[in-house]
Amino acid sequence: MMELFEMMLTTGLWASVIRIATPLIFATLGELICERAGVLNLGIEGIMTIGAMAGWIWVYQGGDLWGGIVFAAIVGMIFGFLHSILAVYLGVSQHVSGIGITLLASSISYYAYTLIIPFSTTPPKIVPFSVFEVPILSSIPIIGQAFFHQSALTYLSYILVIITFFVLYKMPIGLTIRMAGENPVANESQGINVLLVRTGAVMAGSALMAIGGAFLTMSAFDAFYFGMINGRGWICVALVIFASWKPGKAFLGAILFALFEALQIRAQLIGADVIPYQIFSMMPYFLSILAMMLVARKAAYPKALLIPFRQGDRI
Amino acid sequence: MRIKTRRNAPVWLIAALPILSIGVAFIIGAFFILWAGESPINAYIALIKGSLGSTFAITESLSRATPLIFTGLAAAVAFRAKFWNIGAEGQLYCGAMAATLVGTGMIDLPAPIMIPMLFIAGAIAGCLILLVPVILKTHMKVDEVVTTLLLNFVILLFVNMLLEGPWKDPMAMGWPQAARIIDNGVLPTIVAKSRLHLGIIVALLMSVLMWAIIRFTVWGYEIRAVGHNQQASTFYGISINKSVLMVALFSGGLAGMAGVSEVAGLKGYLTLTLSPGFGYTGIAVAMLAQLHPIGVVISAIFLASIYVGADAMSRTIDIPNYIADILVAISLLSVLVGAMLTRYRIVWGK
Repeated sequence: MMELFEMMLTTGLWASVIRIATPLIFATLGELICERAGVLNLGIEGIMTIGAMAGWIWVYQGGDLWGGIVFAAIVGMIFGFLHSILAVYLGVSQHVSGIGITLLASSISYYAYTLIIPFSTTPPKIVPFSVFEVPILSSIPIIGQAFFHQSALTYLSYILVIITFFVLYKMPIGLTIRMAGENPVANESQGINVLLVRTGAVMAGSALMAIGGAFLTMSAFDAFYFGMINGRGWICVALVIFASWKPGKAFLGAILFALFEALQIRAQLIGADVIPYQIFSMMPYFLSILAMMLVARKAAYPKALLIPFRQGDRI
Repeated sequence: MRIKTRRNAPVWLIAALPILSIGVAFIIGAFFILWAGESPINAYIALIKGSLGSTFAITESLSRATPLIFTGLAAAVAFRAKFWNIGAEGQLYCGAMAATLVGTGMIDLPAPIMIPMLFIAGAIAGCLILLVPVILKTHMKVDEVVTTLLLNFVILLFVNMLLEGPWKDPMAMGWPQAARIIDNGVLPTIVAKSRLHLGIIVALLMSVLMWAIIRFTVWGYEIRAVGHNQQASTFYGISINKSVLMVALFSGGLAGMAGVSEVAGLKGYLTLTLSPGFGYTGIAVAMLAQLHPIGVVISAIFLASIYVGADAMSRTIDIPNYIADILVAISLLSVLVGAMLTRYRIVWGK
């Protein structure tokens, strides 16, 4: 027990917690924005995959890192747009459309990767984002080293949490987005084009998911592996429910989840002889299910989530 | 642009829809082939030859279709009741584990008893694992989409653990695979010099059975009613929880049988590469069939031929075989659009 407690206090642990949390923060925010507008986006897993692939390929082909992030975001938005056409404009089942987007985006990622990168046993690498130390803030003990001794993308994720909060709660457009997910008829009566609002939200959310994926290949690791998203997208869908659709809670949820993940990885190393490592690897998935169980009963789903909106509809 | 309900969609349109969707997929897929610097026409000729060009190719396509019929039925039954079971992949592995547990020497009975027993064991395993998300949904209101998806990863890790630990076959030269299914449990091949096995007959029987259940029984009626309108069904006295439970049992059981069929039929032993995503492809199969159990057979064979053809094509022409996944995903998305257009009309302008 003491050992665990001592481990919790090391900067090394917290630095890795933040590293694990960053892609989850991006993608959870992305899913949150989509769902706030009333659209479930199960394309998340595929959009993260193609974001990871697209950003990495951009840099591998000689582009610069930030260009890669922009490229990943644009690719993500394209798939978000596709999901919008199906789920928002045509009003098909959001579940099936999302799964379809995931299948399409991940198969295109693998197709493109195999096409562009000649086969080799060791995947080629890029020079990823380097650590950027924030002056002053990084000198705070433990927390400073953990939170402000990271790559620039991580700082971008902090800023996006604040921006998302500010936009959703303090700006008229945020009210419009939330209303599209709660009571689209009221939106329409204000002369607002609900379909357009939803499409915009899904595209913006998908861009964030893609950046979350790109973080993995461009900052956490330096190569693209098949199946590297490994359910992170689905975990983010669970995190959105756990966070009751609030950006601040989503941030905390991602950190909390990442803490368990980091502890789990360390426990794997210590307990490898006694307990098979797979048991530890299962923990994040169980944890996500547990998190949903805790909040499920009182979960305040956006009221119009999953319900397609048709102009002129009356509820 | 607005969307209006269309009263009667012509039957030919509904029947032509899956074919049109696959057509659209091939047209869009052509751009991906052009991207690879190859001629789409040559590529598609190679694909068709590879999937239908010889007796062997046809049997390969049919044996690839076998697990897809099971997982397609699993998705179709669940989606009809709007129960979003996206966990067929995990349930498939549960079925495969059950078949391995029972079929590798625990008991040895004559084949006519042994084989049905393996299928029943697999179906039970698939049901049991799906029971977790079902109970979480009916008792705690936990969304089943995320739980079924997450359990896929848990189950795969569990299989991995067994294959690297207690179930590892010492005769397998260090490969992580389980012991072979005993001779009496192996599904016999039904066409000489091919890999097409008894599993497809079982799959066909199950699709007829599911069709009959959905069409003629009270259960089937309840499943359809719950899928259409939950409120009305409750009002009518149908217990939603009971129907969801029923659906889940069918759905998980069918997916579990897919695993049995692969382990005892095609591979002969459990590995981590048993299923290249059959559970997820099953969703495309079910949607292309517009959730009709008999339609599932046809669309499973269609999609299986695309996979088998693409494998063959990638051996002769330099195109990654992921093209098959792209084609299947596009046909899934276009059938969604198409199904919408048969039920609604788009009216341009105000």
